[in-house]
Amino acid sequence: MYVNGQEITIKNKISLNEFLKNEGYDAQRTAVEKNGVIIPKKSFETEMLSDNDKLEIVCFVGGG
Amino acid sequence: MKDTLVIGNKEFNSRFILGSGKFSLEMTKIVIENGGVEMATLALRRANTGGKENILDYIPKGITLLPNTSGARNAQEAVRIARLARELGCGDFVKIEVINDSKYLLPDNYETIKATEILAKEGFIVMPYMYPDLTAARNMADAGAAAVMPLGAPIGSNKGLLTKDFIKILVDEIDLPVIVDAGIGRPSQACEAMELGVSAVMANTAVATANDVGMMASSFKLAIEAGRKAWLAGLGRVLEYEAEASSPLTGFLED
Repeated sequence: MYVNGQEITIKNKISLNEFLKNEGYDAQRTAVEKNGVIIPKKSFETEMLSDNDKLEIVCFVGGG
Repeated sequence: MKDTLVIGNKEFNSRFILGSGKFSLEMTKIVIENGGVEMATLALRRANTGGKENILDYIPKGITLLPNTSGARNAQEAVRIARLARELGCGDFVKIEVINDSKYLLPDNYETIKATEILAKEGFIVMPYMYPDLTAARNMADAGAAAVMPLGAPIGSNKGLLTKDFIKILVDEIDLPVIVDAGIGRPSQACEAMELGVSAVMANTAVATANDVGMMASSFKLAIEAGRKAWLAGLGRVLEYEAEASSPLTGFLED
């Protein structure tokens, strides 16, 4: 699986929410795009990930 | 007299919009407070793991967040960033920024108009950053923009109101808030922009690169308020070629 451009391996089927928790992302403060499609926050728990997915995980930072 | 700035569905007492880049997280809060800021921009970037501190924890409650689409090189990328930003649940405001010129960081008005149209239809309150071109501003207004944000000078340059005459044209012709976005470097330039009749001034680098960041934020607040009052008061006229005594021309003492 690719996460923010980095290749990583996931062993088992895992929900997006679990993945974010395990990896140390703040799920409340992130937005996620899977394979180019935005995953609404309310679907984080039911959205299952597989090894060929591409994720973009983004958050707010300071900027003009 | 009530004098508020209305953008989209919100009313603001402050006309100082802060760009939140280049500050430490602690200073962000101080700058917002000292500047009397009610709206601040944010950028969207790839998140880090490990529960790093989030800027949202340092922005006081009640501040309207204005996510920008920095990093977008065309309309499609701007739309993608705006949609992701809205998923973060901080409202519908978006500052469209489409730049494909990495040297001068000048905005692409054409792509910006396209993004404005798409996002306005999706219910965003769209505030496009733009080069001050009247035709482009009209197109942005027609496309559903809630304000236009012409640049005063290149981003981060602190060079001031280089585009003054063209911003004045937008103020006169565009029936939307005109907000000077980039390039303002000094409080006096912010004041001058307000005297021209712009609705608000956005600043970031001017504050962030000052020696005393907190004090510069209060200075900008005062300058923007002063400029606004001057605009409301109506500036005194200018004489091109003559003088006019301010003191009475009668009752002089004699030798």
